Amino acid sequence: MAFYVVQFLTGLASAASLFLVASGLSIIFGVTRIVNFAHGAFYMIGAYIAFTLTERLSGAFGFWGGIVAAALAVALIGVIVEMVLLRRIYHAPELFQLLATFGLTLMVEDLVVLVWGPDDLVGRRAPGFKGAVDFFGQNIPSYDLFLIVLGPVVLGILWLLFQRTRWGVLVRAATQDRDMVAALGVNQKWLFTSVFAVGVFLAALGGALQIPRDAVHHAMDLRIIVEVFVVVVIGGLGSIVGAFVAAVLVSELNAFGILIFPKISIILVFLVMAVVLIVRPWGLFGRPEAPARKTPGLTVNPWRPLTSNERLAALAALVIAATLPLFAGNYALTVGSEIAIFVIFAVSLHFLMSVGGLASFGHAAYFGLGAYGIAFLAKMAGLPMIVCLLLGPLLGCMGAAVFGFFAVQLSGVYFAMLTLAFAQIVWSIAFQWVSVTGGDNGILGVWPSSWAASPSHFYWLALGVATLVTVALRVMVFSPFGYALRATRDSLLRSEAIGIDAKRIQWTAFVIAGTTAGIGGALFAYLKGSVFPDNLGISLSVDALVMVLLGGVETVSGAVIGAIVYKALNIWLVSQTDLSKLVLGGFIVLIVVVFPKGIVGMLEMLAQRRRKSSPPGSPLLAKPIESAE
Amino acid sequence: MRARNIFVGAAFALLAGGMAHSAVAQDIKIGEINSYSLLPAFTEPYRKGWQLAVEEINAAGGINGKKLVVISKDDGGKPADAQTAANELVSSEGVAMLAGTFLSNIGLAVSDFANQKKVFFLAAEPLTDAITWSKGNKYTFRLRPSNYMQAAMLVEAASKLPAKRWATIAPNYEYGQSAVAVFKKLMSEKRPDIQWVDEQWPPQGKIDAGPVVQAVAAANPEAILNVTFGADLVKLVREGNTRGLFKGREVVSFLTGEPEYLDPLKDETPEGWIVTGYPWYSIKTPEHDAFLKAYQAKYNDYPRLGSIVGYQTIKSAAAILAKAGSTDPEKLIAAAEGLSMPSPFGEITFRKIDHQSTLGAYVGKTALKDGKGVMVDSSYKKGADYLPSDAEVDKLRPKD
Repeated sequence: MAFYVVQFLTGLASAASLFLVASGLSIIFGVTRIVNFAHGAFYMIGAYIAFTLTERLSGAFGFWGGIVAAALAVALIGVIVEMVLLRRIYHAPELFQLLATFGLTLMVEDLVVLVWGPDDLVGRRAPGFKGAVDFFGQNIPSYDLFLIVLGPVVLGILWLLFQRTRWGVLVRAATQDRDMVAALGVNQKWLFTSVFAVGVFLAALGGALQIPRDAVHHAMDLRIIVEVFVVVVIGGLGSIVGAFVAAVLVSELNAFGILIFPKISIILVFLVMAVVLIVRPWGLFGRPEAPARKTPGLTVNPWRPLTSNERLAALAALVIAATLPLFAGNYALTVGSEIAIFVIFAVSLHFLMSVGGLASFGHAAYFGLGAYGIAFLAKMAGLPMIVCLLLGPLLGCMGAAVFGFFAVQLSGVYFAMLTLAFAQIVWSIAFQWVSVTGGDNGILGVWPSSWAASPSHFYWLALGVATLVTVALRVMVFSPFGYALRATRDSLLRSEAIGIDAKRIQWTAFVIAGTTAGIGGALFAYLKGSVFPDNLGISLSVDALVMVLLGGVETVSGAVIGAIVYKALNIWLVSQTDLSKLVLGGFIVLIVVVFPKGIVGMLEMLAQRRRKSSPPGSPLLAKPIESAE
Repeated sequence: MRARNIFVGAAFALLAGGMAHSAVAQDIKIGEINSYSLLPAFTEPYRKGWQLAVEEINAAGGINGKKLVVISKDDGGKPADAQTAANELVSSEGVAMLAGTFLSNIGLAVSDFANQKKVFFLAAEPLTDAITWSKGNKYTFRLRPSNYMQAAMLVEAASKLPAKRWATIAPNYEYGQSAVAVFKKLMSEKRPDIQWVDEQWPPQGKIDAGPVVQAVAAANPEAILNVTFGADLVKLVREGNTRGLFKGREVVSFLTGEPEYLDPLKDETPEGWIVTGYPWYSIKTPEHDAFLKAYQAKYNDYPRLGSIVGYQTIKSAAAILAKAGSTDPEKLIAAAEGLSMPSPFGEITFRKIDHQSTLGAYVGKTALKDGKGVMVDSSYKKGADYLPSDAEVDKLRPKD
């Protein structure tokens, strides 16, 4: 019995650490609607700075003072980031802030290694909390007891802050309806900055408090960021109490789950999230979001098919691309193939995101399923390449059909997180089912048949498929189906009022996007000759999001440019420098500031201005300025 | 449509970059790939090690009079990116061979690439048994003692312990799984009386150490096998110390004696664990002295195990290239099979039968000295003594 009590308390201690970080994320999201990918980075910097301070300052005062000072210092960094970077892009399309914080995260990962060195750092134990307390023969670390108390205390302070201060009232009002708060004359700028500072402070405090039990290292951020997102979503966005309950739920299920299934930890949080979101679409304590008041941004610049001149230009560019094998070497061709494959992947997500308004955080699942489909067919059934290429993506299609059905019942960030949960479940199956998938050692030897084996042939194949896919999706955008899909995106209520079956349309779009991603994955398996669980992983899903956002989410096919720029730059930087994350992150942040509508979105806007300012009949008009391809 | 133009532009840039590099024809080039950005704690000393080797080789006149150049790429910890890098090294840099890699799945990905493109590949660090056995191929050689070898070394010491009730803690991925599987198999062969009472599989890099320690303690084992390393190990040790998990229990632990993983533990290093590792401070052989002196003179820092691996990878590659007198992959394979050479750990041989080197490891016990973790009572275990019989290896490895 004593054991179960201690295990329960241990779970509570884990929950407290998780809650501190999650509460900050929840507050930031609730008010600013920023999906703050950099929250993990702030957590990590908090731990690093606290390590330095607690090593320098001696005594109990030095330790606790160092922890608090570190959290304050990071909060200050947060304020600077908010004022310099995020303020510029609050009016950018939804999720664009994700791109900025993603860029920051990349930079921080390299910066901490530059500043603090590559070794794992182990800080000192907390003065007064070094030992353990004996509980009927079981030891409970006294630091755990400290954390168990701290969690509810922080929850209480936040509750008081939100319920009993004017600032708290404003924050709650903004969480519910920030347009209304702005209309009532509240200075939103400072409200957002202060909220961001508080959120970052909590993240950094959470990181700093890990010093006595963890090692400080440069991958801490990734270890926690996804988990806290999940906790926030399970609890209900913007709900502090929800975050607390969710943290306890997840930690206790883990603490007791490993007694029965020792391998459960790898997937547990995602299973819980999937179940919670299917049963309660807004999390445990969340409320349905008020229907968004759309800014008219989308209607100002209506989408249109390419003019015939633009089509000619597109064709010419394609012909030029197709002549690459005449002068480029094998390496350039293989990189070209890889870029073409990522164009397929990015346009498939773009279709879902910008036409359907459904941002998926787990799109790699369908890419990876396509790749595994190929691996199964080629290695186990021994089918020829052509047959494999035709059948392999069906696995992506089936996955999308099943998961899409549940996912489209939700919207917004909840939709995104449910897709992430499904992707992680698929990933863990690929990772764990060693006898079939080979686990993380993957499936090797999936090489193309001889007719496609040479780099130039494979390049033409990839380019051809990428072109077909892009054209097909464009045709769909301007088909009745595409209009119906856009109607569900722009106004769910009105579209249903005119008889559009929104869920069915969105489900269809999800399946189309998933199948297309599967085609990309199928080609990728042949390009690399092997398939790994990585191909279904979070980082690939994030890559796809970044490509779409970089290209411009409000464009018809900006993802094509986004994919080319991001992938080419990534490959080139990784090859040229060990600090590729720092440079790439810096580039992304720069793009975010200079092109707040994405690369193509910005070019379109410039073109629009030029068209308006130039006199009618100007030759400029006839030229293919539009680059929405 | 600007899209394709950028595409072509990017391709041109890549092409131009490639040509600029391949201008020098006189040098012999080795393409090296490792997870520099993902695992800097291991790869920084590793890089220093191979840079020292390159310097020494060129100071001694290069390879048959030609200068040795190592072109190094980061794989970011992703198999797909490692293949892109391998492709760049082979197709546009024109390297004579590939070398390096840390993670098992990346090692396997590059080995499969090498097999497909018929390029010589010397895997430095990946520990998976598959790379030389079940998924072995004729183009791939491996330097470090494999999972099987390290398990066999530990089993030799562990089987002498009186403990009968054993629990295991291992990261939940291929390395942890196969380390536990081999250890259990060899251990149960030697000691049929042993019971396996609990196993814990925390996700790699994400251990929730408190509940794991508590769960293991609840099974009340007499001895524990640990396979976690890095930050997970730190958390496990700290929780285990506070909760008294290791008190009165024997612990056998993979890799923990390597300075990369032992040093961060500082004064919390648990004493008396049986570990594999690299006690650079207590190795007194002329080969190692020479290496240590050169390393400390160049970097003013002590070597980690990664330094040895990096150093010996390039030294081995150079020895193979020198003997082959050519960069033809078939000749390189012929030269490498059965080739013996010196190393800081004494003479090693690349076996003909499975392309595994006989580099060994040190087995000893952890101890605390001046607030730091060290390995004591350590002895060198020759790799050749801990491999299965040739007949068994023949069964494990597919025919080329």
